[in-house]
Amino acid sequence: MLNYIIRRILYAIPILIGVNLITALLFFYVNTPDDMARMMLGEKRLTPAAMENWKSEHGYNLPLFINTKEGGAGILTQTIFVQKSLPLLWLDFGKSDRNNLDIGEEIKKRMWPSLAIAIPTFLIAVTVNIFLSMIIAYFRGTYIDSWGILICVVMMSVSTLFYIIGSQYFFGKTLRLFPISGFDTGLSALKFLILPVIIGVLSSIGGSVRFYRTVFLEEINKDYIRTARAKGLSEGKVLFKHGLRNALIPILTNIVAVLPLLFMGSLLIENFFAIPGLGSFTIDAINSQDFAIVRSMVYLGALLYVLGLILTDISYTLVDPRIRLE
Amino acid sequence: MPVILATDLVVFFIVACVLYIAFKAYGDNYVSTIWKELKRRPLTLVSIFLLALYLSVATADSIRWRDSIKDPDGNDTISEAGKKLYSPKALSLLDRTLSGLRSNTEKSFSAPLATLQFTKETIELEGGTRVRDYPPLKYPSTHLFGTDKVGGDVFFAAVKGIRTGIVIGTGATIIMIPFAIFFGVMAGFFGGRVDDLIQYIYTTLSSIPGVLLIVAFMLIFGTEGYQGGLITDKDLIYGFFVPNDRLFWLCLILGITSWTGLCRLIRGETLKLRELEYVQAARAFGVPKLIIAYRHIVPNILHLALITFVLLFSDLVLAEAVLSYLGIGVGPETGSWGNMINTARLELSREPVVWWNLVAAFVFMFALVLPANIFADAIRDALDPRLRKGGK
Repeated sequence: MLNYIIRRILYAIPILIGVNLITALLFFYVNTPDDMARMMLGEKRLTPAAMENWKSEHGYNLPLFINTKEGGAGILTQTIFVQKSLPLLWLDFGKSDRNNLDIGEEIKKRMWPSLAIAIPTFLIAVTVNIFLSMIIAYFRGTYIDSWGILICVVMMSVSTLFYIIGSQYFFGKTLRLFPISGFDTGLSALKFLILPVIIGVLSSIGGSVRFYRTVFLEEINKDYIRTARAKGLSEGKVLFKHGLRNALIPILTNIVAVLPLLFMGSLLIENFFAIPGLGSFTIDAINSQDFAIVRSMVYLGALLYVLGLILTDISYTLVDPRIRLE
Repeated sequence: MPVILATDLVVFFIVACVLYIAFKAYGDNYVSTIWKELKRRPLTLVSIFLLALYLSVATADSIRWRDSIKDPDGNDTISEAGKKLYSPKALSLLDRTLSGLRSNTEKSFSAPLATLQFTKETIELEGGTRVRDYPPLKYPSTHLFGTDKVGGDVFFAAVKGIRTGIVIGTGATIIMIPFAIFFGVMAGFFGGRVDDLIQYIYTTLSSIPGVLLIVAFMLIFGTEGYQGGLITDKDLIYGFFVPNDRLFWLCLILGITSWTGLCRLIRGETLKLRELEYVQAARAFGVPKLIIAYRHIVPNILHLALITFVLLFSDLVLAEAVLSYLGIGVGPETGSWGNMINTARLELSREPVVWWNLVAAFVFMFALVLPANIFADAIRDALDPRLRKGGK
């Protein structure tokens, strides 16, 4: 097992290096440090001296991949790629371009609000969706089934923006149940969290219920279910005791893949509800065109995704003994 | 003087494909069997009708030309260099048809089909007395969805969003499908090093969360070029073609973020097809590998590309609204539902509420995405019933 996990992690390294190269190409080669300096300084204060000054202040005054001015190892190390991009691999995010913030510190601080919304949303959504899809699967072939699917398709077709704006208006403004936006520390944050969580769950129902239903139906047509019925078990017992356990394998492994990405929070919901998490951090960076932050978030997202893939593979081997560690 | 944007080509291509398929549906062949399958469900027929309606509006909005600037006598203006001068506004067929709606602007908000403006103003009565009241509209009862903050007709704005929605929904997939087919078939058919390399590329690309890659890409590429709105001489090449269109960049990056799934699917299918008897037979005859791939593999994976195309459509339309809301979608002057929602985001918190802007945008978007979803399910069931089991 340990052997497998180590091999799996080693396999992730070339992928992360690839991501690092892509971000370096996008942010330093296509969009050169000169472009960044121009954008940061604005048209008014733009002089060649000011540009050079800005670049050396932020450490962008080096060549991208090969520094011909240096000797020895400096040819490779005194470059933007090694100084700015490679440290991302060991999670050294550096400073932001705009306010000289320590991005690593900022991420540590802001991941908690993101998690405070993402984890409850995730848990409730999974429970609700599995429950709903089992009901629909139980009534398969009836009107409840066909109407349920139609409702799912309708819910899938509604924009997330509508769920957010509509619920803010309905629950926040008309019913005055929850504050419309904002955030607090400690337990008093609770009242700010309910509405975002409801919206997160609502917007996930359509797609997930439909997907889980097909997983259940696939399971229901298998031989062992027929055997269970032949033994004279009730339909409910067949479905919930035998069917659910096996259907959970593809569902759980599907879910594990998104677990690490919960850290990143949701760009939209955090923006609408003014929650100081990683999602709004990214949006602020987009609006102020702070490329150092955007680059860090791109890399962090990829890292978490790769982590999710590894977890998926491991969880497969844990829940399904038929899969061998090869 | 005609003006063609890079994204217009996408619309024309879609129209050409639809016409071709409709033409093929007559007669006894594969297409007509699928059509018979689709026809059985009334809901699918309604969806097809709605989609066709949207597509024709998008087409009418993609045929555009610039008028020459006339001097007061009605003659064309000629520049010093001896060239005819054209207005920077390229109005489309749709703009010209609905010119009443486009030009009948009010001063500010007005409710749907209202006769009075929504906000109070100081009005001078005939006797010279001033009162604060709702002024009458210039064009009462003509604005089906009311007017927005600057008095533009909301219905017209929502109709203008149709082209953007269609272009985003189809453009991204049209751009990426050839690459996905090429790389997927190469990886599956040749195996070995080629397979390793292609798998490495798409795993790496797909491990960057889509939204963040789009953010990075649009921040860097999206800010230059044609943003929608007026056309300047530096946008044009050959006097009529606009290659550097922000909407096109958006399609391109959405394509880059979505090709990996299809590529993986095609690779898997190719691996299976490679072992089939007829491919083995072709190999035994000594047919060159590339010709086998082109003649025997590609036709048998095309249905996967078509299914992906219709399944991705609704996702992409919804994504456009989110991206435009975040400020990294289409340019601010391009009519789109995301832009409408973005400008109207605070209107629900006004007192009394201004709801028609948001409702119009959401209704128009919903009326495109829902039929697209229903149609996609029908197409998938008709083309490949096996896929019905395998998730979304």
